[in-house]
Amino acid sequence: MSLTRMTTEREPGTPLTLPSLAPAQFAAPPGPEPVEAGPSPIREFLSKRGSGRFADSSFAAVMLVCALSIFAIVLFIFFILISRSKLSLTAFGWKFFTREAWDPVAGDFGALPFIFGTLASSFLALLMAVPLALGVAIFLTELCPRPLRAPISFLTELLAAIPSVVYGLWAVFVLVPIMRDNLGPFLYKTLGWTGFFEGSNFGVGLLTAGIILAIMILPIISSLTRDIMTAVPNSQREGVLALGATRWEMIRTGVLRNSRIGIVGAVMLGLGRALGETMAVTMVIGNHPNIGKSLFAPANTLASVIAGEFSEATGDLYLSALIEIGLALFLVTIVVNAIARLMVWAVTRGAPARVA
Amino acid sequence: MNLKFIAAGVLAISTMGATAQNINGAGATFPNPIYSRWFSEYSQAHPNVHINYQSIGSGGGIRQVSEGTVDFGATDSPMTDEAINSAKVRTMHIPTVLGAVVPVYNLKGITQDLNFSGDVIADIYLGKISKWSDPRIAKDNPGVKFPDASILPVYRSDGSGTSFIFTDFLSKVSPDFKSKVGAAASVKWPTGIGQKGNEGIAGMVRQSPNSFGYVELIYARGNNMQFGSVKNAAGKFVKASTDGVTAAAAAAAKTMPADYRISITNAPGAASYPISSFTWLLIPTKSVDSEKAKALAEFLVWMLDKGEGEAASMTYAPLPKPVQDMVRKSIAQVK
Repeated sequence: MSLTRMTTEREPGTPLTLPSLAPAQFAAPPGPEPVEAGPSPIREFLSKRGSGRFADSSFAAVMLVCALSIFAIVLFIFFILISRSKLSLTAFGWKFFTREAWDPVAGDFGALPFIFGTLASSFLALLMAVPLALGVAIFLTELCPRPLRAPISFLTELLAAIPSVVYGLWAVFVLVPIMRDNLGPFLYKTLGWTGFFEGSNFGVGLLTAGIILAIMILPIISSLTRDIMTAVPNSQREGVLALGATRWEMIRTGVLRNSRIGIVGAVMLGLGRALGETMAVTMVIGNHPNIGKSLFAPANTLASVIAGEFSEATGDLYLSALIEIGLALFLVTIVVNAIARLMVWAVTRGAPARVA
Repeated sequence: MNLKFIAAGVLAISTMGATAQNINGAGATFPNPIYSRWFSEYSQAHPNVHINYQSIGSGGGIRQVSEGTVDFGATDSPMTDEAINSAKVRTMHIPTVLGAVVPVYNLKGITQDLNFSGDVIADIYLGKISKWSDPRIAKDNPGVKFPDASILPVYRSDGSGTSFIFTDFLSKVSPDFKSKVGAAASVKWPTGIGQKGNEGIAGMVRQSPNSFGYVELIYARGNNMQFGSVKNAAGKFVKASTDGVTAAAAAAAKTMPADYRISITNAPGAASYPISSFTWLLIPTKSVDSEKAKALAEFLVWMLDKGEGEAASMTYAPLPKPVQDMVRKSIAQVK
């Protein structure tokens, strides 16, 4: 998805209309000396650098191959996942995705608790990261004093470069004790009535995983959103301000409205990282397959069960079930992306992006 | 078809370098430190033999050697009959060293080593004993004042030989654990929190008050962790040590089957530490490359002569003498 598409003048699907470069057009420049008909100096210069008449068609062909390779890769992954999980597919059928069992000793497998854990931790992360990321981006593009802008952008981008195992370690040694001794009891006292903060709080669980994921996807969402907002032409801002809008109204109607598709795209990229994140999550989520309302309870995710159990999996059915978990993760990602596309479509339907 | 290709490739490589013999192995992570040391020492003494070992996990080791993609495998839990029957390459188990699993805990104000019976540990993981103040824990530890706090059981979330040894022991001492959970590298734990690796469990137990977990003896020793004693089959509480582990192996050696697939958890004998296990190399019984098989057999003899002596210095328990003699005879069959 083109993240800056609302700011370009042209829809991505329509090709640029090139002025026809017929040599005749350049052939007769006004001047005292008559020039022989033939390739223009520009054409000659381009030809000398190795460009020829097949350039356009071969370039298009190469680009087509690049585009098709994406299809090929996705189909190949899908095919391998299906063929390797055949044993488990025949044993449990499509019910595999709605069963709760995960018992390697008895050979009884189902993916539901892992799908729940993956979705719940990712959406918790979005819930926390999106408002924060939008705030960071708005501050950086609209409100930030110039000397502060560079250091804050640098720091947010630095967050994106930290390896996930480092996040995991930090979470284990810093976040988990805070969660157990301070934040957890506080949430229980203030929001315990909602039922989301029940049971014993050991510091590890869904909420801790959600928080660490939120920190991990924050820089992705905020830096993309910042780029999108910077791309909104200043004339838009000036126009809204000239009509007597306050700064907040200008940001809301002039900037946010113009960049909403790009923001949805940024959020989806963040969600993609959250869904597939393995290392940091497995270190703090408690790894107990479990479906429940309490955010203190441990859970498990699709990615972390694959990473944890694949190397020691003996038995063909067990291995095949683990590969089917991979298939489940693949399908979850596809479904979530499809929903995101629908959301973008619903947001933009009927309203041209540039109309504020 | 596939196998032929691999065999052809292996042959091509082996004829290419007639002077240097490359042997590839893969498997268990638990004995990796001592295997790495053995293989590098052996290569130094025998410059024409290079043994590469990848610690990818027992499951991976069994799969790869059964498919014939490596020359030998290594595992912490013996292969099941089913796995043996479906393997393309037949292998035999050769025990190398022994390891043990110890209970660790975090209880504020309690500095002495605690005692645990097997059935108490099983019930902690089953969720039946949920408080430290439970009378059954107190019974094993006279004079210790336990807090009235909930126990947080911590288990390995990744599949591991450590979990296999631990659940194998618990299944032997608690019929309830056997029927509800069973013994395997990863099981369905009824309660508790999963952490990845020995370091994950150790980290969690260290920082969570009132938690209980299990780690390898080597790991606990290497990190100066306090760990508890476990009641053995003779009714004695034994604190894990290489001597206790070798004692368990010696006690079990009397009933050692010819294929070495034996579980020595809850072994008889007053000195035996009950949560111990062999770790095995998986050696193909009929190799496609007799030169390679010969080199491997020579290494195994070296392991018995020299390698075993180094085990204790790395906190692995060496094989007891009668088992070493048995292995020596088995190596002669490697062709």
